[in-house]
Amino acid sequence: MSPQDRKYTKEHEWVQLEDAASRRALVGITHYAQDQLGDIVFFDLPKPGAALKQLQKMGEVESVKAVSDLFSPVTGQVVETNPELAAHPELANQDPFGAGWLLRVQIASAAELDKLMSAQEYDAFVGGLK
Amino acid sequence: MTQTNLRTGLYSTHLSLGARMVPFGGWDMPVQYSGILAEVKAVRTAAGLFDVSHMGRLYISGRDSTAFLDWMLTAAASTLRAGRARYCLICNERGGVIDDTIFYRLAEQEYLLIPNAGNCLAVLAWFEDWIGRKFRSGVAIDDRTMRTGLMALQGPRAVRLMDQACQLEDGHTPSSLRPFAWGRGTLQGKPVFMGRTGYTGEDGFELVTDSQDTEFVWKTLMELGALPCGLGARDVLRLEAGLPLHGHEIDPETTPIEAGLERFVRQEGEYLGAGPLQRQMREGVARKLVGLSLPGRSAPRAGYPILDHGQEVGRITSGSYSPTLDTSIAMGYVLVRCAALGQVLEVDIRGRPAQAQVTQLPFYTRPKQGS
Repeated sequence: MSPQDRKYTKEHEWVQLEDAASRRALVGITHYAQDQLGDIVFFDLPKPGAALKQLQKMGEVESVKAVSDLFSPVTGQVVETNPELAAHPELANQDPFGAGWLLRVQIASAAELDKLMSAQEYDAFVGGLK
Repeated sequence: MTQTNLRTGLYSTHLSLGARMVPFGGWDMPVQYSGILAEVKAVRTAAGLFDVSHMGRLYISGRDSTAFLDWMLTAAASTLRAGRARYCLICNERGGVIDDTIFYRLAEQEYLLIPNAGNCLAVLAWFEDWIGRKFRSGVAIDDRTMRTGLMALQGPRAVRLMDQACQLEDGHTPSSLRPFAWGRGTLQGKPVFMGRTGYTGEDGFELVTDSQDTEFVWKTLMELGALPCGLGARDVLRLEAGLPLHGHEIDPETTPIEAGLERFVRQEGEYLGAGPLQRQMREGVARKLVGLSLPGRSAPRAGYPILDHGQEVGRITSGSYSPTLDTSIAMGYVLVRCAALGQVLEVDIRGRPAQAQVTQLPFYTRPKQGS
């Protein structure tokens, strides 16, 4: 059920390559992540220019009940954060694979994406968590 | 090792409503249905319905029951009229809080006392211990937790909704009951005990039903427009209303005086904890529970250090984003010198220092309604 056009981490983030030539990608959290978190009220995200390392902590997300770490699906550099998200963190609940994206990232190496799960693999992984 | 949690009579109703269930106090309870923000909003603007059957229902009777409760509780039973209820603490000899509770005087020698779910067995054991030590055969405790249901209907529309659903035995409407009064009535023929009490900062009722009627009463109140609400919303609501939660603001190592609950503690008289509590009321305490408000939406959580000029002066006991006030709020203990209203402190939010101002409790008070 997760979109086929992107890759997934076991920590429930996704990365979608926007343009292979320029290695720009969008990063977000999955439907499963937002469902587990419940109402999201705050994101603490890395600033533009910040360096990311694959599967290292990149920020935090707070729901009413809980705080969770966010992990970067890729190594690279933050280009921008979703400008809508600070005022409307609920976008990540309402549309986690679309308008609720978190970061636009300049990826260091597209080969890294091969280490992540496909949509089928991720959905099977999530199915095993239930 | 897997531990089996208890289930309330509404367990399958919760599942069919799509609730997310979590373990709480030894029970499997709904933490949310539609979402915490929507549920908080329903209680603040309309009516929310909570299953709180996990809390205890202890019926205490006998010729020594009033003297017994006068001894066990920080508030007096002897001065409570039948038909009324009172909030108070159950303390140990050191004045530490074993539980907080609302108790209802049902008759001259009969009471209903509602302990917290996770403390019900500890309260029962503490009561039985003192009956053996001091009251012998003059007190009987009947634990009807598993034979009854307990619901809370809360919000500005709760009273009108109860008037539509229920009638009191004396022919009056539920709205004729004043805050902290109780009455017996019927909801479409089902017997309902209702107290004008709650734990959300809103007007409303808490209802005790016979187990076999609980689901019917729940569904009837839902059909009349009450939104099912889970423990997640309940925790936000009680924090906004500045109400303590046992295990967070109060526990056997803290006293009601430190927690700012002295108005529920007798200044005179003999009862468990009276010595230390009355001394603290006369001489003061070293630390106080305060409300803290923080700009923004990132909330301190239980256990986070509270700092004054870099020095730890206390710890957070509860914290959350407050949807009603659209800011972050918390409660915590600080040294008395840091407890003045308006004092600016810092909270260490996972390594990030955040400014927090000591704020009057409760954070939220419901607007006065025209009848």
